[in-house]
Amino acid sequence: MATYKIKVNGKVHQVDVEPDTPILWVLRDNLDLVGTKFGCGIALCGACTVHLNGNAARSCSLPISAVGEQEIVTIEGLSEKAEHAVQQAWLEHDVPQCGYCQAGQIMSAASLLSQNPNPTDQDIDDAMNGNICRCGTYVRIKAAIKTAASKMS
Amino acid sequence: MTLIKTKYNRRSFLKVSSAAGGGLMIGFNWLASCQPADKPVTKAPPKEWFEINAFVKIGDNGQVTIMSPNPEIGQNVKTSMPMIVAEELDVNWSDVIVEQAHLSTIKYKRQIAGGSQSIRAGWESLRMAGATAKRLLMEAAAKQWEVPVTELTAENGVISHAGSGKSIGYGEVASAAAKIEIPEKIELKDPKDFKIIGKATKNVDGKKIVTGQRLFGLDFKKEGMLYAMIIHAPAFGMKIKDYDASEVKSMPGIKDVFTVQTAPEEPQWSDVNGFPELVAIVGESTWQVMKAKKALKVNWEQDSAPDSTDDYVARLDKAVNSGEMEVARKDGDPETAFKNAAKIVEKTYSAPFLPHNTMEPMNFFADVTSEKADLIGPIQTPESLRKSASMLLGLSEDNINVEMTRMGGGFGRRLYGNFGLEAAAISQKMGAPIKMIYTREDDMTQGTYRPAYNVKYRAALDANNELIGFHIKAAGIQDSPLFANRFPAGAVENYLAEGTRIDSNISTGAWRAPRSNFVAGAEQSFLDEVAEAAGKDPVTFRLELFEKSINNPVGEKNDYEAERYAGVLKLLKEKANWGKEAPGVYRGISAYFCHNSYVGQVVDVVIENNKPKVQKVWCAVDCGIVVNPEGALNQIEGGIVDGIGHAMYGAITFKGGSAEQSNFDKYRLIRHSEAPAEVEVFFVENGLHPTGLGEPSLPPVMAALANAMYKATGKRLYSQPFAQKDIVTG
Repeated sequence: MATYKIKVNGKVHQVDVEPDTPILWVLRDNLDLVGTKFGCGIALCGACTVHLNGNAARSCSLPISAVGEQEIVTIEGLSEKAEHAVQQAWLEHDVPQCGYCQAGQIMSAASLLSQNPNPTDQDIDDAMNGNICRCGTYVRIKAAIKTAASKMS
Repeated sequence: MTLIKTKYNRRSFLKVSSAAGGGLMIGFNWLASCQPADKPVTKAPPKEWFEINAFVKIGDNGQVTIMSPNPEIGQNVKTSMPMIVAEELDVNWSDVIVEQAHLSTIKYKRQIAGGSQSIRAGWESLRMAGATAKRLLMEAAAKQWEVPVTELTAENGVISHAGSGKSIGYGEVASAAAKIEIPEKIELKDPKDFKIIGKATKNVDGKKIVTGQRLFGLDFKKEGMLYAMIIHAPAFGMKIKDYDASEVKSMPGIKDVFTVQTAPEEPQWSDVNGFPELVAIVGESTWQVMKAKKALKVNWEQDSAPDSTDDYVARLDKAVNSGEMEVARKDGDPETAFKNAAKIVEKTYSAPFLPHNTMEPMNFFADVTSEKADLIGPIQTPESLRKSASMLLGLSEDNINVEMTRMGGGFGRRLYGNFGLEAAAISQKMGAPIKMIYTREDDMTQGTYRPAYNVKYRAALDANNELIGFHIKAAGIQDSPLFANRFPAGAVENYLAEGTRIDSNISTGAWRAPRSNFVAGAEQSFLDEVAEAAGKDPVTFRLELFEKSINNPVGEKNDYEAERYAGVLKLLKEKANWGKEAPGVYRGISAYFCHNSYVGQVVDVVIENNKPKVQKVWCAVDCGIVVNPEGALNQIEGGIVDGIGHAMYGAITFKGGSAEQSNFDKYRLIRHSEAPAEVEVFFVENGLHPTGLGEPSLPPVMAALANAMYKATGKRLYSQPFAQKDIVTG
């Protein structure tokens, strides 16, 4: 066990965990931030996506010892009350079915739009292909990303 | 207005007081389960709630709480079922708070998420729950004003008396209404007066989902709770030999390692489980337990013969080609028809095992003591779980409280509650509350798969290219995919349907649209090929068969209404401009009836970078009254994407009883770039009893896709997944 200080959603937290503990489980078990989901554990489904210094990162494969000073933002920290354009667009398009993968989808989409405010369909596919949705909400997700892009520009 | 008998009295589910069912709930409230859904509510919180019936509580301020009775797996019943209650109650949807009901079949009867039946089965009781509550509120007002109730009207949560000009809100009479007897007869609305039903309504949990609130089983937490994981055998047919847990037990945070038996004494249908004996690891955090699970070396021994893909595929092939089968239906004289045929078309179709791959892996919370058990988590069949848990734990069902969390997908997997029993057994042995979770590998290799299937079709055409004979031979692992009385039964004079089940120790179960998820694709691909052999347009060919079935049906037991079936095809033909596709667009069509709904689809394939790509899917649906068009569209779109994905890429294969795919590195689910760019849906408007939509849009798309691919590439597709047959989509 070791003590780490990590910055999550603008707040510094001190946690006592083993160095190889993935950020996903620190968030969920230690900080009780359960919006970030467990899906595959090998960074291939995107359910655990968070922002690491603003970039989409798979928290299930990111050990706490590798985080250092980098800032983590989770779905809970994306906005106070769902005001973020991506969250608004998700609500407008009524995207979720089961909803489990959507936090990860939203974090990937928000990261994409922060770097590419007017993505093409190809850009969206490239940025989102790491996020699986078994319910099949991809058509709505693409529409919502376009709506969010238009609102942000 | 429709007048119907309530058939219920004070003791019925409509009027069970909180004490009757509430004994099970005392002293336990999950953090989120009793919080209202988060759609915007205009009123300040009420000071007091009055329970009018099991579904409806009214606050003194007129706010309304509606209980959503059924498990929510993403099929959106948590929005659509309360909409039906709210409609008959006649309140503003903005004043409604939705709560997930706990398991209480005394109050809510059928609390299952399965078979796309929630709306169809719940329609009448949900309407009645709303209508009786409204009636009681009106009677309370009538009593207060000393006028006959027949002189009152109620709308949007306000009761009015035209004669005196008086009006009063539901909240002001709720206390008095809660004490009134339910009448013997009740008035239901004329569907033409519906204001909430038929209006696009957003998911009541939408805001919670997009802000990452605690909703799912995996999110559940209780103070002092421990974390548990399991190890099941690496192959079907193996069992635990021995293991040395001493080192693992000394790992940080690990509390205990032990073997658990999780099979109830008298297994029910829902107790499918290839691995009832497990090693359990319990500890203080998920990661610590995960590490210990990896470190523990368990020795296994063979218990029954291991199965492999090559072996069971050979058994399936043999069954449809030379095996004896049980005849499920025979009309006319098929042997003679085939003997006299001018042309015979014969094709065999196959599909592999499929795991469910719900994005939320199996998990459950259990707190079992010597007196009672709390079981909380994602379960499609809470009542079955309680019954099996009662046997396993030696507790009476009355002392087992089951609560449903929102589920990160179901698709049939959570009909089989082995994970709930595992959590319960582990908690009982530990004497502590635990949350048990599967890794993706545990989940994907645990079984309960969609069976591997084979079906062989033969069609006999006469010299005039009329279909005079039809023969189906169907086989599947532990489950025959045959529906003997479905189309084209009833439309062909000489018809033979045979099926058989093939044994294996690989466990199988229901998977989104069971059996239909295979036979629809096979049958509708085959009919496309038969139409081609007959030199007919595939839509015309099908419509001619439906004509026969309407005017001169063969046999008496045909499990479809030919008019409605033909109706979706006609609507689709018109809307998609069938036969007039743009240059460079390759089209396939398909129509199927399952889970009481009719769905027709046209898939448009284009060639991009020398590869076929699904550009658009056109879809016509007859599901009767559409309760929530927004949710309905989402279900249909999702089923289409899911169907295309599994037809193209889905497969789990076996070697020596062991699954060869255990995570998304080797198992391919459809991704963003592979989804159609557009899905357009058209509903048949007929005002009929509503039917479900969680499943029916998935099965036919597999054939519409295969038929479009044939047009684009000249190759027929007989074997799923299609992507293994040298076809790669862009």
